[in-house]
Amino acid sequence: MAFYFVQFLTGLASAASLFLVASGLSIIFGVTRIVNFAHGAFYMLGAYVAFTLTERFSGALGFWGGIVVAALIVAIIGVLVEMVLLRRIYHAPELFQLLATFGLTLMVQDIVVMIWGPDDLLGRRAPGFKGAVDFFGQNIPSYDLFLIALSPIVLGILWLLFQRTRWGVLVRAATQDRDMVAALGVNQKWLFTSVFALGVFLAALGGALQIPRDAVHHALDLRIIVEVFVVVVIGGLGSIIGAFVAAVLVSELNAFGILIFPKISIILVFLVMAVVLIVRPWGLFGKPEAAARRTPGLTVTPWRPLTSGERLMSLGALVLAAMMPLFAGNYALTVGSEIAIFVIFAASLHFLMSVGGLASFGHAAYFGLGAYGVAFLAKAAGLPMIASLLLGPVLGLLGAAVFGFFAVQLSGVYFAMLTLAFAQIVWSIAFQWVEVTGGDNGILGVWPERWAASPANFYWLSLGITALVVTVLRVMVFSPFGFALRATRDSPLRSEAIGINGKRVQWTAFVISGTVAGIGGALFAYLKGSVFPDSVGISLSVDALVMVLLGGVETVSGAVIGAIVFKAANIWLVSQTDLSKLVLGGFIVLMVVAFPKGIVGTLETIRNRRRSAEAKKSALVTSRIEAAE
Amino acid sequence: MVPTLLSVEALSKSYGGVHAVRSVSFELRAGEILALIGPNGAGKSTCFDMLNGQNMPDSGRIHLLGEDTVGRKPRAIWRLGVGRTFQITATFPTMTVRENVQVALVSYGRQLFNLWGSTAAYARDEAGRLLDLVGMGAYAERPCGELAYGDLKRLELAIALANQPRLLLMDEPTAGMAPRERIDLMRLTASIAREQAIGVLFTEHDMDVVFEHADRILVLNRGSLIAEGSPEEVRGNPQVRAIYLGEGLVYDARHREGAGA
Repeated sequence: MAFYFVQFLTGLASAASLFLVASGLSIIFGVTRIVNFAHGAFYMLGAYVAFTLTERFSGALGFWGGIVVAALIVAIIGVLVEMVLLRRIYHAPELFQLLATFGLTLMVQDIVVMIWGPDDLLGRRAPGFKGAVDFFGQNIPSYDLFLIALSPIVLGILWLLFQRTRWGVLVRAATQDRDMVAALGVNQKWLFTSVFALGVFLAALGGALQIPRDAVHHALDLRIIVEVFVVVVIGGLGSIIGAFVAAVLVSELNAFGILIFPKISIILVFLVMAVVLIVRPWGLFGKPEAAARRTPGLTVTPWRPLTSGERLMSLGALVLAAMMPLFAGNYALTVGSEIAIFVIFAASLHFLMSVGGLASFGHAAYFGLGAYGVAFLAKAAGLPMIASLLLGPVLGLLGAAVFGFFAVQLSGVYFAMLTLAFAQIVWSIAFQWVEVTGGDNGILGVWPERWAASPANFYWLSLGITALVVTVLRVMVFSPFGFALRATRDSPLRSEAIGINGKRVQWTAFVISGTVAGIGGALFAYLKGSVFPDSVGISLSVDALVMVLLGGVETVSGAVIGAIVFKAANIWLVSQTDLSKLVLGGFIVLMVVAFPKGIVGTLETIRNRRRSAEAKKSALVTSRIEAAE
Repeated sequence: MVPTLLSVEALSKSYGGVHAVRSVSFELRAGEILALIGPNGAGKSTCFDMLNGQNMPDSGRIHLLGEDTVGRKPRAIWRLGVGRTFQITATFPTMTVRENVQVALVSYGRQLFNLWGSTAAYARDEAGRLLDLVGMGAYAERPCGELAYGDLKRLELAIALANQPRLLLMDEPTAGMAPRERIDLMRLTASIAREQAIGVLFTEHDMDVVFEHADRILVLNRGSLIAEGSPEEVRGNPQVRAIYLGEGLVYDARHREGAGA
């Protein structure tokens, strides 16, 4: 009994940091409507800066002072980020905000390693809380008790701040109606900045307070951000009480999940989240949001099928690509196959995201399922390559059918977070179920058969499948189904009023998209000869998002160009620099701020502008003639 | 005998302690244009949302085209032959005007899950005919996102006619339009409705529009039906004058000539 009680207290102590970070995220979201992906990065920075300060200054004052000063320093960094970056994207679609703040996260990862090195750092114990308290023969670190007491205190302070101060009233008012608060003459800029500073302060404090408990390392950010997403989704975005209750719930699920289901401890939390989202899509304490902003929303130029000239050009490009084995070496061909596979992957996400308006943050799940599907069939069942290639993606289809059913019940940021959570479930299964998936060691020896083994043949195979997939997806965009999907994206109200079952249309699109991603994954398994949990990881999901964005989220097939440019640049970059994350992150941020339309989108805009300029010129000429008459 | 399209019996809905709609009953016949009026908060929108399936009534019966529709989704009600326009237009801004209508025709033809056909070729002429009917034929290839508000309203009417409806539900069809456009749009709607024997139920704040086009008027106040009848009857009803039109405002022919300026 005493053991379970101590386990319960350990859970409560872990909840403290989680609550601090989650409440910060919630406060920021409430006012600015930005889901700050970089919140985990601020948490990690808080831990690193606190580590340096507490090492530098001795004594109790040095320690506690160091923790508070660390949080303040990071809050100032947060203010700079808000003023320089976020102010430019407050009116951008949600997807862009998530991506920009993710870009920041990537940059911070490399910066942290540059400053503090790649090794784990062990911080000082807290002065005054070094020992442990004995509880019926079980030890509880006294620092844990301090943390348990801390979170209700912080909750109380936040409550007072929001209920009893003028600033708090303004923040609550802005949470309900930003425009009204602005109309009443409140300086929005500084309100947003101060809210962001408070949120970042809480995140950094959460990180700083962890150093006596946990080693500081450069992967802390992603670990905490996924948990924090789960917390705010369960508790309800924008609710501080919700963040508190959900932080406790999630921490306790983790603490006891390990005892009861050691294999699936991570899954337990995600299952609870999935159930909460289905029963109460806005979280336990959240309120239903107004309809989410459409992900695209930069232009209103209707899509057109390719003209016959453009068709010829695409065919020419394909023929040119098919001639590559005549002059390129084996390494270049392998890179070419990989690029082709990522074109499939990006095109599959593009279909869901641009046509369907559903930005999945966990699309790697279906890519990875396709890859594992092939590995199971080829290795365990010993099926021939053709059969594996055809049947492997079925696993992606099944995964998409199950997860997609739940995901399409939501939209906007909630959809993004739920898909991310589902991808993490698949990842944890791949990682933890060692008997079947090989865990971290993956499944090796998935080699193509003789007919496809040479780099040239495999390249032709990949290229052929890619061309087929992209063509089929394009036909679907302009098919009646494609229009029904776009109708659901453009106006759920109107599409329901003309008899369209939007959820079913979106679910179908999700399954199509997941299956196509699975085809990419199946080829990928044969290309690499192996499958690892990485093929399901967050970073792969984000790569896909960047490829779509780079190509142009509002174009019909921009993802194809986006994937080619991104993948080629990525492979080149990794070979050139150790700071590839810094460069990539900076690139993402720059792209969101400067070129939100992507490569193809920008080209189309230039072309349209030129066209309308010509039209104006000819109109001018006719009007002159009329005037002359 | 003209068939009854819509019959509503003792429809009620309350939110907490507030009776938004209290035991409202009425009927609508084919080819009839029925206006539902009342001051703000009278329960018009609640009534409307219950009729088109967006809101569940607490009690009461709704029979649309002979079928009990309480608890059915808007899309199921649409399949029965009910067209719908919204107070704030709801169209597809990333498509052309013609494509907007074509999507509705695709749905009407039950081709929504057709993954392989070409939408551009689907019911192209029928879409053009509907657009011509509402006077939007010349704008067929324009991006819908570029249309002026009055044109959007006409496009919405074309979309609402795509399933060959027998009943049109129009929530404040002329809200946000210039006086000239209001009259044009309602004239158009009335002529189409009379020609095709479509029943029309609309809510409206503009009394000029109501008195000029409605065959019959229902007056709601605080959730209850307080008057029902021809425009003349309703105009002469002292209760309606007191509660709805306010004191000192008399809507007669002389007044109407000065209105709308």
